[in-house]
Amino acid sequence: MTTPTTETTSDPLGSTVSTSTTTSAKPSAAATARTSGGAFSLRQMVSSIPAALRKLDPRIMIKTPVMFLVEVGAAFTTVMAIISPSLFAWGIAIWLWLTVVFANLAEAVAEGRGRAQADTLRAARTTTTAARLDAGGHIEIVPATALRRDDRVRVRAGEVIPGDGDVIEGAATVDESAVTGESAPVIRESGGDRCAVTGGTRVLSDTIIVQITSEPGETFLDRMIALVEGATRQKTPNEIALNILLAVLTIIFLLVILNLQPLAIFSGARQSLIVLTALLVCLIPTTIGALLSAIGIAGMDRLVQRGVLARSGRAVEAAGDVSTLLLDKTGTITEGDRKTTGLLPVTGVSADDLARAARLSSLADETPEGRSVVTFAEERFPEQSAIAAPDEAEFVPFQAKTRMSAIVLPDGEKIVKGATNEVLAWVESHGGTVPADARTIADEVSAGGGTALVVATHTPENPARVLGVIRLSDIVKAGMPERFARLRAMGIRTVMITGDNRLTAQAIAAEAGVDDFLAEATPEDKLALIRREQEGGHLVAMTGDGTNDAPALAQADVGVAMNTGTSAAKEAGNMVDLDSDPTKLIEIVEIGKQLLITRGALTTFSIANDVAKYFAVIPAMFVAAFPGLAALNIMGLHSPESAILSAVIFNALVIIVLIPLALRGVRYRPQAAAKLLGHNLLVFGVGGLIIPFLGIKVIDLILTLIPGLN
Amino acid sequence: MAALIPGILQILLVFAALAISYRPLGDYMARVFTTTSHWRAERAIYRLGGINPDAEQGWRSYLRSLLWFTLVSLLLLYLIVRTQAFLPFSGGHTGLTPDQAWNTAVSFVTNTNWQSYSGEAAVGVTVQAVGLAVQNFLSAAVGLAVAVALFRGLARTGTAQLGNFWTDLVRGSVRILLPLSTVFAIVLLAGGVIQNLADPVTVHTLGGAVQHIPGGTVASQEAIKNLGTNGGGYFNANAAHPFENPSAWTNLLQVYLMLLIPVALTRTFGVMIGSKKHGYAILSAMGILYIGSLVGVVASELVNASGALHAAGAALEGKELRFGVIGSDLFAVSTTMTSTGATDAAHSSFTPLGGGLLVLNMVLGEISPGGVGSGMYGMLMIAILSVFIAGLMVGRTPEYLGKKIGPSQMKLASLAILVMPATVLIGTAIAFSLPSVRASLSTTGPHGLTELLYAFVSAANNNGSAFAGLSANTPVLNVMLGLVMLIGRFLPIILVLALASSFAEQRRVPDTAGTLPTHRPLFIGVMAGVALLVSALTFLPALALGPIAEALG
Repeated sequence: MTTPTTETTSDPLGSTVSTSTTTSAKPSAAATARTSGGAFSLRQMVSSIPAALRKLDPRIMIKTPVMFLVEVGAAFTTVMAIISPSLFAWGIAIWLWLTVVFANLAEAVAEGRGRAQADTLRAARTTTTAARLDAGGHIEIVPATALRRDDRVRVRAGEVIPGDGDVIEGAATVDESAVTGESAPVIRESGGDRCAVTGGTRVLSDTIIVQITSEPGETFLDRMIALVEGATRQKTPNEIALNILLAVLTIIFLLVILNLQPLAIFSGARQSLIVLTALLVCLIPTTIGALLSAIGIAGMDRLVQRGVLARSGRAVEAAGDVSTLLLDKTGTITEGDRKTTGLLPVTGVSADDLARAARLSSLADETPEGRSVVTFAEERFPEQSAIAAPDEAEFVPFQAKTRMSAIVLPDGEKIVKGATNEVLAWVESHGGTVPADARTIADEVSAGGGTALVVATHTPENPARVLGVIRLSDIVKAGMPERFARLRAMGIRTVMITGDNRLTAQAIAAEAGVDDFLAEATPEDKLALIRREQEGGHLVAMTGDGTNDAPALAQADVGVAMNTGTSAAKEAGNMVDLDSDPTKLIEIVEIGKQLLITRGALTTFSIANDVAKYFAVIPAMFVAAFPGLAALNIMGLHSPESAILSAVIFNALVIIVLIPLALRGVRYRPQAAAKLLGHNLLVFGVGGLIIPFLGIKVIDLILTLIPGLN
Repeated sequence: MAALIPGILQILLVFAALAISYRPLGDYMARVFTTTSHWRAERAIYRLGGINPDAEQGWRSYLRSLLWFTLVSLLLLYLIVRTQAFLPFSGGHTGLTPDQAWNTAVSFVTNTNWQSYSGEAAVGVTVQAVGLAVQNFLSAAVGLAVAVALFRGLARTGTAQLGNFWTDLVRGSVRILLPLSTVFAIVLLAGGVIQNLADPVTVHTLGGAVQHIPGGTVASQEAIKNLGTNGGGYFNANAAHPFENPSAWTNLLQVYLMLLIPVALTRTFGVMIGSKKHGYAILSAMGILYIGSLVGVVASELVNASGALHAAGAALEGKELRFGVIGSDLFAVSTTMTSTGATDAAHSSFTPLGGGLLVLNMVLGEISPGGVGSGMYGMLMIAILSVFIAGLMVGRTPEYLGKKIGPSQMKLASLAILVMPATVLIGTAIAFSLPSVRASLSTTGPHGLTELLYAFVSAANNNGSAFAGLSANTPVLNVMLGLVMLIGRFLPIILVLALASSFAEQRRVPDTAGTLPTHRPLFIGVMAGVALLVSALTFLPALALGPIAEALG
């Protein structure tokens, strides 16, 4: 993904496009850029004409062999028209040139949108200096472009972070709107999963030391600019395969034309070279050849509009093929925080007692779960809210090792709260006996999809005893079962990944409607699951943000890293979601599918079109020698000249007409493949057979109004 | 019109016979190519050739064996036909000229059986039985081997091995072609086909004319001629000759024999890839094209609005009355759709549209059901092309039977499809530019164009039938058509084996609801449509100047 940074002055066209279509009220640069795709306008097309003309350079054209051949044909017919001018010859020559220009226009329009986005991004890359720390901790001011991997820089409030890196000292609020379009500042701090900072973003408060993680020219912003500009666009495997097919078709039709003249001479119907060139251009797959690269660029553009940056088109294509989707439970399938939904006392304990203990133990607990216990207790037992925690109370925060938190009251009473096994063991080790229903209640909570927190108490005079269970429940996000059903219809299996135990995971999985789940998952389990799925031939997509997600992100076929995640995660994935919305995977898959469908649909359309063109051109060519062939002129075209010209004009105009479709993409509705095929085949296959008959006839009717063509 | 009912009954009889043999033969062939045990006779052959029959080969090795085998066959056959004068039982025939010997050797080694020589007038029993008939078996077995290697490529995962060429070749010959042709030779013998080593008998007819009645090992050759989709007749008149094809029912039997293995091979395919419904799907696509063509040809031969044909009730010129119009049409469609190339009627005498359809049958690429083995791998190339175009429209990168069609697969498959049109188009372009070739035509105008077009289409598709009218035994045509046959046969084989290997190396993508179903009617229609569209788009201009111009003129 290394690209030299393009420092060319921004294209005036690009900015025109940007201003003409920007409707967003969001102030940030990227947000503006993101909306610039949107609807397709005639102005966009007109403003891209100069760029389309510049692409007529044969050295550029040769990259699209089909269109290059058309250009050669156009040049050839122009020469022929100059040698022996006629309205017909000039008509063909002009329309062949227009065919090439229209093809270039498609690409130019698609690129123009990207360029507008790149310009706004480039504006964010304003830093020219960095405060680099040398080994002795002294600061030297160097150009940002001189920063290497592992350099350390100091960034103070109000300064722009000079390059991608990890915060290794301090914490700060950072405005990342330049990259994400999100204006609310985020906190970045050393250690943990919130340490990554992006070059071009601005520190709003405090001072941080950042260790640079990218080489010059390879920063996130550089890559993003290159991506939206299409500078790094490489042909994807499927695009290459399609190009091979188009090349082979072109060769076949070239041979058909080369073969036709000897046959025509034998038949006493020698053809003019202009007519043969016209037929060649009509037959080779110009429609898809002209639109293919625009389709690819537009596909990436659609992702960018949704705030997703794909490292390569290959990843977008793979997204269409995904058959297994790994989704983290928390934050993706369920609301980020679990909430208390019940206080369940064991036999012999009153609800009041449990509520008191649960509330007291949670007062100092600042976790969302802890706060929700307090809220729940106070809602159900209002009299409790009056009791304040004694000042001398000692709070023992939750520890991963003990899996419990505790509060020790001044009178020596100790209330503990935590995982079932640990708390019950604690009770037994403090002389208590575990009541029969304690474990039953906890298991029921788990089976119901909740998390059980057991509350127990121990006073100096009495043995420890269990009071009851707090039920914490995950709240499944609205609309999830519908989304998973839609995915299932697309042939995609969803697997929920969670650290919860099996029972809890099972219940939530059932409620959310996922196909499978991985409970008590460690990062290693996740990686193993991906490998297993891939062994079975599945393509796996997942999201992740933590450093420990990196191996799995790298292993997955489509790994979407959250922008809030660590540098390691972002480096490992092949897409970055600027909005950090894990459910966006579903949209990414749909965009991938839409891209492939558009390609297939226009290929089918392009090939099917040839039938009608034959019916226009063949009788026109040979009706003089074989009057009977007039029977093939089923469109009743006016004259041989008007028939051939009509076919050529149709061939050119169809490109223009289809540009919006190529940029927007064929509409995709999630449904079974067989249905999808039937529908698209009807529209683009059968439609592709019929439409040119009508189109050519209409053009012919218009042409007959031009005097002197006959 | 009175001929319609018995004609349709004849067709149904052949279809019924094919339906009966479909499963047993298809399953049997699958066992032949998957079993690990060897027959004693086979072991003897392997020992003789120093072959380890259980050693697997990668595609290059498989191809090398195939090409060496072909080269040796080619040289041997060339030598036999060149030195005929010195061989026993030659009936006084001399050796063929170098260009004709080249053409003949290539023709039989490529399973084409284009005959630039005239059967009874040029070659004796030895050449027929030791040279030509042997290649009838072996060239068909080579076709089977390539198809089976492709099946294995699609069935296997994560390997570069495609089987063993020699084992496939020997088993195809010993276990499939030999037993079947023995049985059917006897059946044909019972039906009146001759089988002797007698010299021609000279008789004086009642009219006082002198007639030479030839003998020969006809029945034994007739069976494999059809069974192996070879088509080279013992006599110049081919299956129109009463000694080759005495009656209406031997005619039907021959049609059955041509279709037998190519049709049953779809079952073998289904069994070997573990999805019989895919075998049915391929067969259905073949069937649509076949039946469509048959209906077209029968209609154009029966329905005539004017002139002599109208008076006769049908286009009887060039057809044998003992087969009837529909019997001849059935034979003609079958022979052009199976790459057999045997003829029981003069294709040149078919109505222009009927004759045009016969050309179209061949330019489909001999895939419906095509030649032994070659029809199957040809149709699979079409399936891959169809899956590529249609597959994209369901929003997945294309895959067939769980194998991805990426750039390298697309390159191989589309080049394999390109070979035939390219060879025909370039060949005819050159041929029409040569005055000497134009002089070989019996007539000018559209009909003459069709004669030459037919020759190149027939050669490139390894069909071997002739339109009649063209004097093909000229040095230029012998050399050119020989080259065309060679390219038309072996370039696709090379590409198909490479493709088989690239499939074998892949993992299998499991089916989901998002996978394009490649066995349902919709996709069957797409396959038939793609096959038709590709060939029609390629050959429409040439057909317009030939048969279509003649029909509409």
